[in-house]
Amino acid sequence: MALATASGVEDICRKLGNDRTRLMDIIIGVQRRYGCVTHDSMEVIARAVGTERVEVESAVTFYSFLSVKPQGRVVIRLCNDLTDWMKGYDAVADAMAKELGVTMGETTADGAITLASTPCIGMSDQAPAALVNDVVVTHLTPERGREMIRDLRRHLDPPQLVTMVGDGNNAHPLVHAMVRNNIRRRGPVHFRDFESGKALTNALALGPEAVIKQITDARLRGRGGAGFPAGVKWASARATAAPRRWMICNADEGEPGTFKDRVLLTECPHQMIEGMTIAGYAVGCEQGIVYLRGEYRYLLAFLEHILQERRDQGLLGRDILGRKGFNFDIRIQLGAGAYICGEETALISSCEGLRGDPKNRPPFPSQSGYLGDPTVVNNVETFCATSRIMLEGAAWFAAMGSGRTTGTKVLSIAGDCRKPGVYEVPFGITPRELLEAAEADNPGAMLIGGPCRQMIGPDRFGGRICYDDLATGGSIIIFNRARNQLEIAERYLDFFIDESCGHCTPCRVGLVLLKKAVHKVVSGAGEPVDLDAMRALSHFISQTSRCGLGQAASNPVLGALENFTALYEGLVAERKPGLLSTFDLSSAVVDAELRVGRQSRYV
Amino acid sequence: MSTVQFVLDGQAIEAQDGQTILKAAEAAGVYIPHLCAFKDLIPHGSCRVCSVRVNGRIQAACVQTVTAGAVVESETPEILEFRRNIIDMLFAEGNHFCMFCEKSGNCELQALAYRFGITSPRYDYLNPDRDIDMSHPDVYLDRNRCILCGRCVRVSQEVDHKTIFQFVGRGHEKRLQVNGTCLADTELSATDEAVAACPVGALMPKRVGYAIPVGQRAFDAAPIGADVDARKGGAA
Repeated sequence: MALATASGVEDICRKLGNDRTRLMDIIIGVQRRYGCVTHDSMEVIARAVGTERVEVESAVTFYSFLSVKPQGRVVIRLCNDLTDWMKGYDAVADAMAKELGVTMGETTADGAITLASTPCIGMSDQAPAALVNDVVVTHLTPERGREMIRDLRRHLDPPQLVTMVGDGNNAHPLVHAMVRNNIRRRGPVHFRDFESGKALTNALALGPEAVIKQITDARLRGRGGAGFPAGVKWASARATAAPRRWMICNADEGEPGTFKDRVLLTECPHQMIEGMTIAGYAVGCEQGIVYLRGEYRYLLAFLEHILQERRDQGLLGRDILGRKGFNFDIRIQLGAGAYICGEETALISSCEGLRGDPKNRPPFPSQSGYLGDPTVVNNVETFCATSRIMLEGAAWFAAMGSGRTTGTKVLSIAGDCRKPGVYEVPFGITPRELLEAAEADNPGAMLIGGPCRQMIGPDRFGGRICYDDLATGGSIIIFNRARNQLEIAERYLDFFIDESCGHCTPCRVGLVLLKKAVHKVVSGAGEPVDLDAMRALSHFISQTSRCGLGQAASNPVLGALENFTALYEGLVAERKPGLLSTFDLSSAVVDAELRVGRQSRYV
Repeated sequence: MSTVQFVLDGQAIEAQDGQTILKAAEAAGVYIPHLCAFKDLIPHGSCRVCSVRVNGRIQAACVQTVTAGAVVESETPEILEFRRNIIDMLFAEGNHFCMFCEKSGNCELQALAYRFGITSPRYDYLNPDRDIDMSHPDVYLDRNRCILCGRCVRVSQEVDHKTIFQFVGRGHEKRLQVNGTCLADTELSATDEAVAACPVGALMPKRVGYAIPVGQRAFDAAPIGADVDARKGGAA
């Protein structure tokens, strides 16, 4: 890969208007062109956009797809999510590392190929999967991994790895991916006919306030997971006096096990963008941003094309549908590998060209968000539902669902089942029905809503998927009875430790300490009192952390303690008196043992 | 400016509209322990030592503004335990050796530990590998003692109007970085407010270690927060 030159880096900055707020695109651009963002490049960028080098470094070192040290021309990011691990990640990783002659995280001596691991890339239904630069490869086996590396060594051109394309728009020339949609169940809201422009025409006929009233009457709640009423958010942003407002689409689904937005972006882009346009009209925005996770970069050219198509049809841009003064356009902001950017204030930070730290609340984004302007952030699925409500009406939508949760939900189902994929179901469906539909194999537990939500055992398979009972942003992972629940909890804890932004003490330090406590018990060195200590520490972290990540990060541990109490209890035992119960003597003397060259007998 | 009333641990407190709970409490003579909050800096909300329960939810008092009629709990057993936990964690996270640290007696982290009666560690030390920057002629930066409160970052920007410091990395690998190859390569001067703002011994002026005799240091005579507590005594 070419070494960065000042003029090359300046060129990238200039193309983005030397704009400090576009720093994300600048550093992503430099990374792609030169394989790293060195301190020298940071200096050049800082001068060009009018900031300091350390500010650029602060952003670069935050995102896992960016690096200060050079990476290979081809970067293989093997997904190490739990579903990949269940489907054979270890063997694939081992085979690829051996074939390359490197260990995970290293680059081959000739600087050609880097092997790295990465959390969920949104392909849990076709795991084990990997990103090879921007190219998605799915259903990996050790043999396919070795073959892939032999091919790459020959051509170093990842697109050549795609020999067969998937269904639907995955076969579109601008996508050209081996990804499959795996749409298993179509519902009334999403995966059906959609004629561009009709929903928007209906919205314009209603007027902004009446659109918000429709959304409120439909009782549409945010589909990203938090379930905040969309109408309330929109009304609040509309009511905030400001010269500019922003409509942002959160297409950064990073919750392990979720991939339904991938399929919506692939198959329903018009419905989503139209929903965003309607929301923009209702709130009074002229500009929108789609924050697309870096893992879905393979959809970028396709989505840009859809945006252009809509501009050409008068559905985006100036005087939309001939309505004088109704202007709305959208740009796509790419992410660069940070789970926390799915949190709306962190997402806003990232759009502003900053590290993806969440912001303090208050103020809320609807009052002061992107660049200090009133901002609405909603999920891909929420905007898709918006379009459908404009076509079918609020009453039609509100008639579906369960109790206070209306409409349908698109679920991503993966794990130990024969039919992983995307299911659009009415809210209120039971986990048991989902297990049947997905043809689960001897199910022992289900993770509803990903690790940030809850693990349930068979006693709750009769519950309801809705905001009043089992809430989910879309992720459902099935585990058979043979799966080790303690190992699962530990792995998810590792995920949260890696993805914490590090801003607040409870999350930054507490999770590392919790991991030590869990490990002590799992390794068999724990006492009953350690279980109480784990509960107390988990409670502390969830109560005192600043944002949703820290508040949810101990859920896998708490869930395992609650649902699989016997597993943990079977691992702990009362020890001999005389030692502080939380003190682990055997690990404390390891250093000393190494120095004297013998092992202690009694610890 | 209009005033609002809220309740703090059962006591009615008058506050300026838009004031943070921390500032309103302090003005009323009620000390809420804190570390990252400093004078009039934009609140950071990172250390979480000032956690309080506001209408049932835990919030950082340095960030949360008062609202009329809010019920705020501060000195409950649960919250005191949370605060103690945070202080314990900050000790476990870095490499803090009070017995020979030049900041001893003037250190806010140490003073909070004393105020909370912490005499021995609750958690295993993480013993991180961190570096010391001695390059600057008048100031040194010992990252072993840094608690990532961001006071230097913000004071440098908001008061000194320079960009000397910023955070890099994320999660438990987050650390303080300087805008240059080393501290000497930055525009930092020994008289910068940023140096004096460090609550611990991470950012220290050189050649003045142990200058204040034991007995006369900031927290020798009375615990941290005693000045605020005293105001309440005077008012009553």
